[in-house]
Amino acid sequence: MMKAIRSIHAPDAKLTMAHMYVAFAALFVGASMGLLQTLERSGKFTLPFGIGYYQILTVHGVVLGLVLTTFFILGFMVAVQSKTAGKYTSGERKWGWAGFWMMTTGVITTTIFILLNEASVLYTFYAPLMAHPGFYIGLTLVIVGSWLEGFVIFRRHARWRKENPGERTPLLSFMAVITMLMWLIATIGVAATVLLQFIPWSLGLVDSIDVLVSRTLFWYFGHPLVYFWLLPAYMAWYAIIPKIVGGKIFSDSLARLSFILLLLFSIPVGFHHQLTEPGIDPFWKYMQVILTFLVVIPSLMTAFSLFATFEARGRELGGKGLFGWVKKMPWKDVRFLAPFIGMLWFIPGGAGGIINASNQMNQVIHNTIWVTGHFHLTAATSVILTFFGIAYWLVPSVTGRKLTAKMNRLGIIQTIVWSVGMAIMSGAMHWQGLLGGPRRSAYSEYLGNADTAAWGPYQLAQAVGGSILFIGMIIMLIIFVNLAFFAPKGEEEFPIAEVSEDAGETPKVFENWKLWIGVTVALILFAYTIPFIDIIQNAPPGSKGFRLW
Amino acid sequence: MNMHKYEKIWLLFGTATLLVFLTVVGISAFYMGNQPPSCAVTLNPEKVHETAPFDEPGLKQLGDNEYQLTIVASAFNFDVGNNEKLIQIPKGATVHFNVTTTDVVHGFELAGTNVNMMLEPGYISTYTNTFKNTGKFTLVCNEYCGAGHHLMAATIEVIE
Repeated sequence: MMKAIRSIHAPDAKLTMAHMYVAFAALFVGASMGLLQTLERSGKFTLPFGIGYYQILTVHGVVLGLVLTTFFILGFMVAVQSKTAGKYTSGERKWGWAGFWMMTTGVITTTIFILLNEASVLYTFYAPLMAHPGFYIGLTLVIVGSWLEGFVIFRRHARWRKENPGERTPLLSFMAVITMLMWLIATIGVAATVLLQFIPWSLGLVDSIDVLVSRTLFWYFGHPLVYFWLLPAYMAWYAIIPKIVGGKIFSDSLARLSFILLLLFSIPVGFHHQLTEPGIDPFWKYMQVILTFLVVIPSLMTAFSLFATFEARGRELGGKGLFGWVKKMPWKDVRFLAPFIGMLWFIPGGAGGIINASNQMNQVIHNTIWVTGHFHLTAATSVILTFFGIAYWLVPSVTGRKLTAKMNRLGIIQTIVWSVGMAIMSGAMHWQGLLGGPRRSAYSEYLGNADTAAWGPYQLAQAVGGSILFIGMIIMLIIFVNLAFFAPKGEEEFPIAEVSEDAGETPKVFENWKLWIGVTVALILFAYTIPFIDIIQNAPPGSKGFRLW
Repeated sequence: MNMHKYEKIWLLFGTATLLVFLTVVGISAFYMGNQPPSCAVTLNPEKVHETAPFDEPGLKQLGDNEYQLTIVASAFNFDVGNNEKLIQIPKGATVHFNVTTTDVVHGFELAGTNVNMMLEPGYISTYTNTFKNTGKFTLVCNEYCGAGHHLMAATIEVIE
């Protein structure tokens, strides 16, 4: 029998795995709700026991959008930092555990109130729909817990710099800091609205809430939230996949620059979610549209770097002609295949995003099910397939087990099943959205007009896609449980790529945090100060709370 | 920091297309007037029914084939001024939508058209649309507002 060899310090591995258990439990709960939703909306199926569509929709959004993602990401960050910057001190690890338990307590609290039907407000909890205060308090615990863990990531990075004066920090450690920094700056918005507006209001301490202020603070957080999901996937694409294909990182400095640009341009952009709202000046909407689109630049840099790495490696292996290198990629290695398919899905996903964020085209698709189709391509395919791709090696690597050929094969099947299911479901959502079908709606025949009747077949297709995705989720859970508990003991690589010899020196300025935090804050102040003052000064009387479910 | 020659070309091309795109969007918004609905007029959300024009929802002719359509949204109903939930307008009419909500946030979307905006308590939402095609268009709520969210609907019929 092989000896179990963990790739990171055992206590750090335990902290990572604790996050993974919660993340994959959330995947099971959330994706099961997703299946029920698509079945209900097909019109062929009624939810049993009087369970409401919007109650399970709230579970789906909270558990997948907030729990699965945040827990997986923090588990991954903890592991990456331990691997690249070195193990944590016992004090740091204690803070990490404190954060984990705080988040878990928050998740349980929030879930209880949703299941009691006290909080069917969806994961965006727009005022003046008013949930039980326990729902908001639970969410606060999740956020504050994630801050504690963020500070552990920062501190480990700072300690590495102190221990290695003048040296370039490990790339993944640097990227982990950017990711958590963006999260910290963004969550201030949601923390502000929950602590200063929602909790006092739901407890009855104040009578009314300023709806537009709460929505603006929410979307100040809501867009960087999606980049918070994306950046860990980028970390894997930039610094891990090159190692899996046997190549090198194209350029350390370009990787860092693109992460810095993503930090700068992910936050001052929330108005592009509020384009069709009254009370916000169209000039400032357009300013934030411009800032939104500046992420095109780091996105193009990323696409270039990744494919340059692949092509260079393919040619090294003897690939000839314009596309001969494609054949040389390790297609049968799920650690490569799953994230690569994720990258491909990001092309239509990103194109859809351009439509969503532009002034006029948004008018056509705003709040239609097109938007749901969009983030099921970006978050629920590109990001999630990459997270699955990470899990295939991360879980056995930190638990001292092996990814077997059998699990590898099952992973390839999972990737295909997920892609097929999502192509059908998301494709149908996009089309139905173009025809005007609204998002977040239970099955309805409306007034029986021809336009709404035409949505039926698309909703049926979504149920077919949703069922295939449910099978994909079950396959993924089988793989996860196998890798965490049953796979043979041994040593699995924690792949970290080296930088290509051809890449130039990385400028020191990239590690000047005061500068980048300063520019980030300046951009936020530029984009938000004037319109925000405007919103407050011209506010109508506030709203009392409503419980309409 | 050195950048590969191909990457420079790639980024230059990408950034140039981006600038063209943003210019098109900007000209369309500021010069041609295709702005997203951004009305800044407010009212007391608890006094909607006493505030003109929302005290009398429905269609009102303003001029030659030009109308104002006032609608009051509430959970879970669009008050268009009649119980049939039907508004008929002649083809080619320009309609100024004037809408607000008495309670929570609602969506206001006329399927198959560009009429699509958020309704928020305390704010009036406005949008102008010219109806060039005949047919029945369903007005739906596209923001979750409670248990009966998917039951909110009305018909706007464009007739010859």
